Amino acid sequence: MEVRAPAPEVVIAVEGLLKVYGDTVAVDNASFTVARGEIFGLLGPNGAGKTTTVECLQGLRIAERGSINVLGFDPRRHATALRRRIGGQLQQSALPEHMRVWEALDLFSSFIPGGHDWRVLMRQWDLESKRKATFHSLSGGQRQRLFVALALVNDPQIVFLDEMTTGLDPAARRLAWELIREIRDRGTTVVLVTHFMDEAEKLCDRIAVMEGGRIVAIDTPRGLIENHACGVCIAFTTDADDVSWIGGIGCVDSVQRHGRRVEVEGSGPVLVLVAAALVEHGIVPEDLHLEQPTLEDAYLHLTGHAQRD
Amino acid sequence: MRALWKLAWTEIKLFMREPITMIFSFAFPILVLVLLGGIFGARTVIDGDFAGVRMMNYYVPGYIALVVASIGLISLPVHLANYREHGVLRRLRASGVPEPALLGAQAFVSLMIGLVGGVLIAGLGFAAYGVSAPEQVGGLILAFVLGVFAFTAIGVLLASVLPNARSAQAVGLLLWFVMLFVSGTSAPLHVLPGWMKKVGEALPLYHVQKSLEGPWQGHGTETLELLVVWAVGALAALIAARVFRWE
Ligand SMILES: Nc1ncnc2c1ncn2[C@@H]1O[C@H](COP(=O)(O)OP(=O)(O)OP(=O)(O)O)[C@@H](O)[C@H]1O
Ligand SMILES: [Mg+2]
Repeated sequence: MEVRAPAPEVVIAVEGLLKVYGDTVAVDNASFTVARGEIFGLLGPNGAGKTTTVECLQGLRIAERGSINVLGFDPRRHATALRRRIGGQLQQSALPEHMRVWEALDLFSSFIPGGHDWRVLMRQWDLESKRKATFHSLSGGQRQRLFVALALVNDPQIVFLDEMTTGLDPAARRLAWELIREIRDRGTTVVLVTHFMDEAEKLCDRIAVMEGGRIVAIDTPRGLIENHACGVCIAFTTDADDVSWIGGIGCVDSVQRHGRRVEVEGSGPVLVLVAAALVEHGIVPEDLHLEQPTLEDAYLHLTGHAQRD
Repeated sequence: MRALWKLAWTEIKLFMREPITMIFSFAFPILVLVLLGGIFGARTVIDGDFAGVRMMNYYVPGYIALVVASIGLISLPVHLANYREHGVLRRLRASGVPEPALLGAQAFVSLMIGLVGGVLIAGLGFAAYGVSAPEQVGGLILAFVLGVFAFTAIGVLLASVLPNARSAQAVGLLLWFVMLFVSGTSAPLHVLPGWMKKVGEALPLYHVQKSLEGPWQGHGTETLELLVVWAVGALAALIAARVFRWE
């Protein structure tokens, strides 16, 4: 008998979400689900509707149409009950200028009893040395870390992170990724909005790519690359004047030249065909190699900005 | 409830961390007493039943009402609008702070700041101007708390309908000045033209002042005035709860 893995528990289900500002359609008929314990990414250009989407899920904005179910609650009707169970780091928010780091953590942990010990969070997010600093005096990255810590202070079942690592230095970003993985390993679901491809690729189990309010693809990072990045990309350098004839070789989709560097895109056995043709034309580059398609390629392709220059 | 007290205590700490705001908040009632009292209160009643009584005695409850009004009309709306503009309210809301906790904490802080202002005026009045002590302290406290309630509710309402801190400041100041002149807290009511007097009597400051005056002078609790103050506060609170905006 076949043993089936238990169906993953859906904690977020969105169907036909529509949010309009004047004549701007910020979110246009978006539908997706997120399973418990997933790290779900939202990627997309500026103004794609990512923030609007996650803030509708948190009940901070009211969607015009569509059904939203977060942990069994409709954020439009049960926002207060829902907010006890979720945490959110908002793209835009602030604390009073003179509030100290420890005070903020202490205050926010009092809103929803039974959460984390905020001292542990303060240490984990590397704010210990700033515990008495006022919000006003914190650097951009320190503020960001404080907001993430505040989002986690009630030990939420789902945490929404809207550009969490914007403004963090590389070491702090790595640290943040580690901590997010830990949180997930303890069973928290993470919804992550980001502009960093490496972050999305390393951290997310699945990614939704948004463009102009629509979700244009949802898949694993690997799946996105396989299905949406161009096929094989071959690169080499040469001094030969004209290489446009490469475009006529079977399986080649495009040829581009940037100075001495030539990039050939194609599919199937394109590598051997191109290599053979090059030798035939007396071009024998030493650096001919295959380039792995990346998430960025898939992203640029999906959002219609695929241009290699 | 825990959130309310924690917020209120944090707000008080933050208030004390801004020395300029704090000094001005507490210098203000003293200035009101010294300047307005110096102009209008130094005289002594010459004839009638109150002959020989200093005018200052009649003005002090009005000055306390003025301080309460300044908190509700200016400080509170500017503070809340400022929080909204900067996204502090957004942050609190996203963390599940209920509206009653936020506004309750603000009301409590207004009460505390008003109380300090009132005590300063009364204390300085006793010490420097020979003002007599209030007759009915219980009634006075009741009237004071109701006055703070009414003006806090008006303050939240102003903060909700005005778009930002700058406009809150402009509108609040204007309202306060109008009330200052026509409600009998600066020039005595009987020197005002009839229409101005009518306007003054229609504004909440007049009624807060009257409700404080009764117990202070020993005329007993001004039940009608208290009811008016309560009704104004309740109405403002009702509308404020409907139109309050977090962002
Ligand atoms: N409060 C608002 N009023 C009017 N228009 C808005 C408002 N909020 C968002 N929009 C519009 O909705 C669209 C989506 O905005 P949103 O903030 O969701 O984008 P985003 O994907 O988060 O972008 P970014 O990467 O820049 O953060 C934009 O065109 C924006 O101008
Ligand atoms: Mg955004």
